[in-house]
Amino acid sequence: MSVVQDLPASGGRRGGALRARIGEMSARHRSISIIVGMAIVAAVLPVLAAVPPFSSFQTQNAWIDGFTNAGVFVLLALGLNLVVGVAGLLDLGYAAFFAIGAYAYAYAASPFGNEILGIDVAAVLGDAAGLVFWPMLIIGALVAATFGILLGAPTLRLRGDYLAIVTLGFGEIVPIVFLNSDDLTNGTNGIGGIYRPYLPGIGSFSAVDPWPYYITMMILVTVVMIFCYRLAASRLGRAWEAIREDELAAAANGINTVTTKLLAFALGASTAGIAGVFNAAKLTVVSPDQFGFVVSFTVLAMVVLGGMGNFWGVAVGAFVIYTINNVLLKTLNQFFDTLGIPILEDIDFIGLQFLLYGIALVAMMLLRPEGLFPNSRRKRELHAEVTEPGQDEMTLPEVTEEGGR
Amino acid sequence: MTAPTATAEAPPARSLSPASNPALIQLGIVAVALVIAFLVLGPAQFVNALTLGAIYALVAIGYTMVYGIIELINFAHGDVFMVGTFVSLSFLTSLGFSGAVTDPLLLVVLLVAVFAFTMIVMGLVGVLIERSAYRPLRNAPRLAPLITAIGVSFILQNVVQIFYGPFQTNSPQIFPTDWFIEIGDVTIPVLSIFIVAVAVGMMIGLQLFIGRTRLGRAMRSTALDRDAAALMGVNINRTIAITFFIGSALAGAAGVTYGLQYGVTRFDLGFQAGLKAFTAAVLGGIGNTVGAALGGFIIGFIEVAAVAFGYGRWGPAVVFGVLVIVLVFRPAGLLGQQVGERA
Repeated sequence: MSVVQDLPASGGRRGGALRARIGEMSARHRSISIIVGMAIVAAVLPVLAAVPPFSSFQTQNAWIDGFTNAGVFVLLALGLNLVVGVAGLLDLGYAAFFAIGAYAYAYAASPFGNEILGIDVAAVLGDAAGLVFWPMLIIGALVAATFGILLGAPTLRLRGDYLAIVTLGFGEIVPIVFLNSDDLTNGTNGIGGIYRPYLPGIGSFSAVDPWPYYITMMILVTVVMIFCYRLAASRLGRAWEAIREDELAAAANGINTVTTKLLAFALGASTAGIAGVFNAAKLTVVSPDQFGFVVSFTVLAMVVLGGMGNFWGVAVGAFVIYTINNVLLKTLNQFFDTLGIPILEDIDFIGLQFLLYGIALVAMMLLRPEGLFPNSRRKRELHAEVTEPGQDEMTLPEVTEEGGR
Repeated sequence: MTAPTATAEAPPARSLSPASNPALIQLGIVAVALVIAFLVLGPAQFVNALTLGAIYALVAIGYTMVYGIIELINFAHGDVFMVGTFVSLSFLTSLGFSGAVTDPLLLVVLLVAVFAFTMIVMGLVGVLIERSAYRPLRNAPRLAPLITAIGVSFILQNVVQIFYGPFQTNSPQIFPTDWFIEIGDVTIPVLSIFIVAVAVGMMIGLQLFIGRTRLGRAMRSTALDRDAAALMGVNINRTIAITFFIGSALAGAAGVTYGLQYGVTRFDLGFQAGLKAFTAAVLGGIGNTVGAALGGFIIGFIEVAAVAFGYGRWGPAVVFGVLVIVLVFRPAGLLGQQVGERA
């Protein structure tokens, strides 16, 4: 498609008249359309899980549970997208904030953690100790955001690459601290016996019934999605994009780059904090090995493959990658085991997960650097002067993040 | 005035030139650091730290050269080092060696062979990586090659894991570990002296290569201004490929020495080691090969000191803590130049 055609569109005026109208509606009523969209997704997924091709893989409850776990990564990807996709700051230690959120909840909602904090939630609330889950969603986000600022304040003045390595270092330090502070974090074993969320009328969520978690997660994703869209469309969001495109020019135009970048860091971190609180409440145990570089990397892969800057794309990317990892690869193993094809039978597809990631990342960057579901503006940037559809993308002109525009 | 500071202090120290900093000051810093380290650690740990530091330094040089010339954090570089340990291990075991070789002549021949083989293989691997994963993206947004680098890193780790399994593999320590030199009441393993000598020798060779040869001049000019260098007749693609070759070959050499010193390796060795080596490169001032060497030794000393004082588990945290502190106060690293960002 040509650039000229693409330029005026912000919602999606290409395609049929109906699509155009839907596009316009959704652009005007962003929040409502997100709520409607997420409601449809939340309703369709369980149905899909119950019909033949999918129901043969695993039970509906197992699917619902998987979707909920995928939701954790959707949250993480949405948050990282704010930092990497919108503001263009490469954060390679994002899992640290996930860990901080999870440990924050563990302290507020487990006997071990309560003892350290000198409070006793269970004594006050009794069986409803899981009530703390709800305020902790916000407190966890605030704690993670605080750490985001603490990390960002000294380091955000650094140039992009240095920032990447410092965040990577931070991502390594945080699990090490949780691992080695035995008295405070119970070391390798982590903190167990975390209370499950409690909701009046439903009672405490249970391990066997995935539905309450699922619905909670869908609501969280919806809220965060709206939050992200609102942010990206705000003055702050535009400032982020300006910094991503050209930091010097942004500063010259009166944007306080340090504060703006700090906010990106803090808000991205807070989303990871929410995901951490949820994950801790669902697993009922937190331990340092849940938050290694692999998590940071996986989330980054999700953001990149989904299409940096595009929230829906990133969410779908996260969902698809998580599902492929945890369902498809597992199923492939079983599938080839039953077929008994000599070579394929011996391949452990789950073990190959990161090899596949690696290949996918490289291939994606070489062939389709804008991701599967690109942000429309970013796509134009990356293909700005490519006039013929078939032209080799490897000879992209020098219209880059660094400048040129 | 807060707004302009964000970019005014940005630190791309881009020169590969050894002459870009007053050599005397650098030597002075190194000498003082060594004396302090010796006094703090005592002789035995001092030798340990020097050995470890030499390995980090060799890896760090590869990072810094690549960054200096194309401004890319080559995340796969740590894994190139890791693959180097496996290449040298495979070379030695396939020749039927599994333990110490005490015949001096055979040992020398074998060492030369294993270093040459591993360095050439790893150099070619480095060139291959550059050709397939980085060169097509040279004009793409900065994030793109960084992400392929992470992808390549995962590919390397997993390929090694497929061939050698997820567990520790023993590497033949052909250099006898029970040879010692006694000075007074201090015993120093000959192996440590050998490793440090090899590393320092390679570093000096590299400095001479960069500073004195046509290719070195091509590398420096490409790092300084790629377009201008191209206009002056420098073959940019070949120069960058050579940079990758040298950097990766040095990582391969580090891999050989790692195998000799520690006798074990594992598929995920490259991640942590690479991270520390990169930290070393940043610490010394990225783009500056002398700085990378200095940074490597500093990281080695920090790590050994952490172990010596009973905080071994905190080693990586201390390393990164130091990195953050250095970057906050000296964003361009210890020996880096303060250069404004190009618009």
